[in-house]
Amino acid sequence: MNQENSFVQFKKIDKSYDGEILVVKNLNLDISKGEFVTMLGPSGSGKTTTLMMLAGFETPTNGEIYLDSMPISKIPPYEREIGMVFQNYALFPHMTVQENLAFPLEVRKISKSETKEKVQKALDMVELGNFGTRFPAQLSGGQQQRVALARALVFEPRLVLMDEPLGALDKNLREQMQYEIKHIHDRIGITVVYVTHDQSEALTMSNRIAVFNDGVVQQLSTPDILYEKPQNSFVAKFIGENNTLNGVVKEINGSTCVVDLDNNQGTVTALKVNVNEIGEKTQLSIRPERVSIDKNISGANTFSGKVEELIYLGDHIRARLDVCGNNEFIVKVPNEGSFNHKEGDTLNLSWNSEDVRALDI
Amino acid sequence: MLLRSVDDSQINTVFPNTFEEYKKWDKEKDELPPEEVYKALFQELAYGEKVQVGRALTRMNYSKSGWKSLIKKTSRAIKKVVKKDEFPDSYKEFFIETNEKWADPTYWYAMGQMVNNQTSIYYWNAIDRTFDQELNVVQQEEDRRVYVQTWLKTLKVSIYVTLFCLILGFPVAHLLANLPLRYSNLLMIFVLLPFWTSLLVRTTAWIVMLQQKGVINGVLVWLGILSDDGRIAMVYNETGTLIAMTQILLPFMILPLYSVMRVIPKSHMRAAQNLGAKPVMAFWRVYLPQTIPGMSAGGLLVFVLAIGYFITPELVGGKDGKLIGSWIAYHLKTTLNWGLTAALGAILLGFMLIFYWLYNKIVGIDNIKLG
Repeated sequence: MNQENSFVQFKKIDKSYDGEILVVKNLNLDISKGEFVTMLGPSGSGKTTTLMMLAGFETPTNGEIYLDSMPISKIPPYEREIGMVFQNYALFPHMTVQENLAFPLEVRKISKSETKEKVQKALDMVELGNFGTRFPAQLSGGQQQRVALARALVFEPRLVLMDEPLGALDKNLREQMQYEIKHIHDRIGITVVYVTHDQSEALTMSNRIAVFNDGVVQQLSTPDILYEKPQNSFVAKFIGENNTLNGVVKEINGSTCVVDLDNNQGTVTALKVNVNEIGEKTQLSIRPERVSIDKNISGANTFSGKVEELIYLGDHIRARLDVCGNNEFIVKVPNEGSFNHKEGDTLNLSWNSEDVRALDI
Repeated sequence: MLLRSVDDSQINTVFPNTFEEYKKWDKEKDELPPEEVYKALFQELAYGEKVQVGRALTRMNYSKSGWKSLIKKTSRAIKKVVKKDEFPDSYKEFFIETNEKWADPTYWYAMGQMVNNQTSIYYWNAIDRTFDQELNVVQQEEDRRVYVQTWLKTLKVSIYVTLFCLILGFPVAHLLANLPLRYSNLLMIFVLLPFWTSLLVRTTAWIVMLQQKGVINGVLVWLGILSDDGRIAMVYNETGTLIAMTQILLPFMILPLYSVMRVIPKSHMRAAQNLGAKPVMAFWRVYLPQTIPGMSAGGLLVFVLAIGYFITPELVGGKDGKLIGSWIAYHLKTTLNWGLTAALGAILLGFMLIFYWLYNKIVGIDNIKLG
């Protein structure tokens, strides 16, 4: 992505609260207009801090944030024109839903009639048209969530930030709201920066995902690339399910490499992703659905594994195997009616070398 | 206890016949009561129980001073007569002979307010009113008017103390609720330590601080801000009462405020700013309204405590810093005028109920929150 295209730009951002430990390290991130970008990571990875810097509640220790090519570090939060949905909604309990929504318009000195119109429009958008006179405490969690969303959008901000907005909802409602937010985004085309620690939420909603760990963006990609082609072992483990095998690089042939597994468990041909030289230690990553059972794929890696546990899940059977000394090796077997092994059986496993990624350790 | 403020039955049990005859007296026609009244009074004084009569006399003195000594003197004369068994022909003449005050109708008029079992005199007394000869309500003589002025002062001081507590307590409570834990804990100790200290100790400490040769004046003189003979009188007056009461009642404001502020999420101020409100605006529109339950609870608590406060104003208030509580204590313990004590107390209670009602009208009692 080139610089002219980027609407929000983080340039060499460092952030430290105590002057010693950096919670965000050398962050470079470009977001283009209309994009839905998610910052995903475990707690303490620096994603919320990054969001707060964008909102103006924290100042970067080093570096500069640009919004629409303008540096914004010196602009106070109330002049940034950035909407935000807070973790616990932060609806004002002493105001009705209407008053909550009218608040940002009122402080902008927008006329009463226009305010009324915009408030109603925003409420209709989140399907709460008839709830204007209620107080936040009289609404359910999902409704409060929608009010918070409407309030963040009603003053037509340049950008909307969301800080784990669905964290307080139960699972079904969360999924429903994910689609709803996504649809609203599609409809009005606003730029969204979303923070979550829930990977399925990130995969569902985002155009691109920035995976945070330890204050550093580990990978910034579209959801499919993130899942299919993780750049390092953290991303591989954090997104989706993942089997790992440890070993040492034996030879490198262009884009592939041969890895000797630890404890002389055999050799594996894998994609060279994050290894550079022979003799380097590596962690191999294989997705559970990419492992075949009882099929002979030419040129593939073949191994045998003992069945430790079988779990029937309807559409597929989840098998936990002992493969090359790793007894947490998961294989998802599609339920095609032909699987008739029992626990304790030894299976023939095979996988394509393109599906194994040699990553850092 | 409140019944005492209207109860007048005690004297009626001592002088039942006298009052019975008294009611027959036609004040238009005769200047003085008829012979029967004097006779009844003679008999009831002669054979009445001494302690009971004594109490009745105290009561009579409330309606007109001079009653007590007059009747005591007369009683002695009556006792002599009874001893000698020489009953007079005309009791009226006997009374007037004994003491010419018996010919003064104002004494008899004052008796009129006691003939019923109930009286409102204590309430009227509590607002500087009394009865005249025809039992009309009139102002007390000028040198006996103290209560109205004291009531107003009590209200004024209570309102000021509540306001000062709010002004001083709000920032402290805000700091308590928002500082990092180790600082806020220390601050909490500073709030609670005086709260746990004896009221008397704190009040006397204020005397040490504020008196003319006290710490504050001393420092100001030492700094050259005041000249030695320009020392400010800060104690034994209303200023002293205000300062000491504010300090003593401050925790009652801080604690409810704190407990309310503590649960206001910090994200609210951020949200308000994010929505475009400057910090002052965000505070005014979002933070302050949410502290109303705490302000109300603290305000009501401080006001109710202040309006009935007694030890501190008594000690640091001097002559013009005394509040109604001091008068209640004075009448309860010194003059033993329990009727007036009860009336003052009842009015105080009434005030509080009125304020409570007003408060409920304006803010709503459901809005009160101690945490």
